[in-house]
Amino acid sequence: MAENHTTATDKTVPYSTGDSKITDATIAEMREIAARYPVARSALLPMLHLVQSVEGRVTPEGIEACADVLGLTGAEVSAVATFYTMYKRRPVGDYHVGVCTNTLCAVMGGDLIFDRLKQHLDVGNDETTEDGKITLEHLECNAACDYAPVMMVNWEFFDDMTPESATQLVDDLRDGNEVKSPRGATVCTWRETERVLAGYPDGRADEGPTGGKATLAGLRLARERGWTAPGGSSNAETQKED
Amino acid sequence: MADTLTPVLSDNWDQIRSWQLSSYQRSGGYDALRKALAMQPADVVATVKDSGLRGRGGAGFPTGMKWQFIPQDNPNPKYLVVNADESEPGTCKDIPLMMASPHTLVEGVVIASYAIRASVAFIYVRGEVLHVIRRLQQAVQEAKDAGYIGTNILGSGYDLDVVVHAGAGAYICGEETALLDSLEGRRGQPRLRPPFPAVAGLYGCPTVINNVESIASVPAIIKNGPDWFSSMGTEKSKGMTLYSLSGHVTRPGQYEAPLGITLRELLDLAGGVREGHELKFWTPGGSSTPLLTSEHLDVPLDYEGVGAVGSMLGTKALQIFDDSVCVVRAVLRWTEFYKHESCGKCTPCREGTWWLVQILERLEKGQGSDEDLDVLLDLSENILGRSFCALGDGATAPITSSIAHFKDEYLAHFENGGCPFDPMASTVFATAGASA
Ligand SMILES: Cc1cc2nc3c(=O)[nH]c(=O)nc-3n(C[C@H](O)[C@H](O)[C@H](O)COP(=O)(O)O)c2cc1C
Ligand code: SF4
Ligand code: FES
Repeated sequence: MAENHTTATDKTVPYSTGDSKITDATIAEMREIAARYPVARSALLPMLHLVQSVEGRVTPEGIEACADVLGLTGAEVSAVATFYTMYKRRPVGDYHVGVCTNTLCAVMGGDLIFDRLKQHLDVGNDETTEDGKITLEHLECNAACDYAPVMMVNWEFFDDMTPESATQLVDDLRDGNEVKSPRGATVCTWRETERVLAGYPDGRADEGPTGGKATLAGLRLARERGWTAPGGSSNAETQKED
Repeated sequence: MADTLTPVLSDNWDQIRSWQLSSYQRSGGYDALRKALAMQPADVVATVKDSGLRGRGGAGFPTGMKWQFIPQDNPNPKYLVVNADESEPGTCKDIPLMMASPHTLVEGVVIASYAIRASVAFIYVRGEVLHVIRRLQQAVQEAKDAGYIGTNILGSGYDLDVVVHAGAGAYICGEETALLDSLEGRRGQPRLRPPFPAVAGLYGCPTVINNVESIASVPAIIKNGPDWFSSMGTEKSKGMTLYSLSGHVTRPGQYEAPLGITLRELLDLAGGVREGHELKFWTPGGSSTPLLTSEHLDVPLDYEGVGAVGSMLGTKALQIFDDSVCVVRAVLRWTEFYKHESCGKCTPCREGTWWLVQILERLEKGQGSDEDLDVLLDLSENILGRSFCALGDGATAPITSSIAHFKDEYLAHFENGGCPFDPMASTVFATAGASA
């Protein structure tokens, strides 16, 4: 959990910087999120995602706004916000770059990729580059082990990475080049990502493929060999993706 | 005898835009919902029970029986919660399923909700998978527009709302009662059981919590019947399932087969272990299931078969490690994971995982001794069975199993004064045939 996760940084957490962007429109959206649930408090996690989309982090003003809307104390909201690793108290860059260093990805190359990126970007874990573009973090298993070593940019998959493709990726992000996930959409900003997580779709679900090579490995083999479940397949003979 | 691979859940994944409603319907999507709505809810439950479907989230509890536990005379609303938190290290089946065919899950959600007479269903998906969340959101919207979700679904008089809920990064929220606390807007910490969620779950109301793959299996069962489903698999482990191969294997990925296939067969389909190397150790179902070795290649991968050799089928996350990997390094990393993810509620896990990491770090650096191994085993024994939830138990699995199978390798670290392995050799970008 965030509170007992030590990081290399000793920078203090900014409290209020007095430039909160929370407006009446944000509060109205918070109420809208709360109305999706039979009990309003269930909306707290998506509301905190919304705060991050507006503020670029979880700010004291964001916490107070959530507390007001839900009739909780600021302390109650803080207790929740500090429990989850995706909620950030320091400002996050335009691109959150994650490297999976859980065991399988680590031995397949994730450790070396993470080391290379720390050097290349001159930051430690959970730190942001000086230009404010990239926040680097090591991740736990992101449910993509069949594509190890795995990276995530703003929670989009980047599969089968190497130190070279990883440095190229962050260079492209810093240079403002368009970057597409091999199993997702064109990368948007971290704040835009957080808005989707708050439950506001961005209309980009149709970008990208159904899955990558590993996703389809077993199915392709079954098709080649004519294997099906009992009773056959209604899809074996129809039009295929790519 | 069924074919070696039996794509059912994955059968439409190669269709054009398989994630869209129109594509899913071309593959026969939502036919099962029509059929279910023409049945009595109790008959839907009975069908799932007769099929022998067991939970695919790790524990293998019979799904139909879980649904039957919902007290229908309880006046409170009933809820269905889909566990789409997929975070157990190695596990990577639910995410590709929801990416390629979110409607398979959504159709299952509507059928399951009808069966238990739920008024609202929640899909609790881990937050770290943006594109999967987009596709789920879109699928739910498409299903609403088509009248599969909402009021008076397909004229049946049944009403249901479905909410896609993104989590925020915490492995423990996959534990079903921690998930409920999280979904109520709290820190995700497990609850004391009993009462079980079937009686007092979300908001204290009767609640069914099922894994994505469990719920996604329901439409095919309703459509083809329980006997069709139970014609696949073994005596007590019925049906087809997604096996996920990862690591040092030629063609990693998702292989949908009847329960009971062996790792030897799966490796054969996947082109074998990485060229020039041998299988060293593997997890049958994620890092919380005790490690197995090349001795276990012919163990049937069903609940009973894997249980009989002292491990668990778990999530069928087959992480394959070849002879280039140091088992001590692997175990240390998993242990760091459990320490990081321990929710802090109970002492054996909160303190124990911390101590385990301290000792393993020392061992990996070659600064430990034989005695440390005894301390590790002693600590593990004190955590196992004494923790508040199964996260603590799971944390001990890699340690005790690796010491049982690879004690010599721990000892080699002391003798060598450090790790005898080259970390480059295990990577995908190590030049083939280089230092092993
Ligand atoms: C620490 C921990 C993490 C878990 N993570 C998941 C998960 O990500 N997905 C899941 O379906 N089950 C997970 N489980 C198992 C659930 O508690 C529960 O057994 C399961 O969701 C029930 O669904 P099923 O009967 O369909 O398998 C986890 C359990 C523990 C102890
Ligand atoms: S075993 Fe670990 S995760 Fe589970 S309740 Fe105890 S501290 Fe929390
Ligand atoms: S271990 Fe990296 S995605 Fe699973």
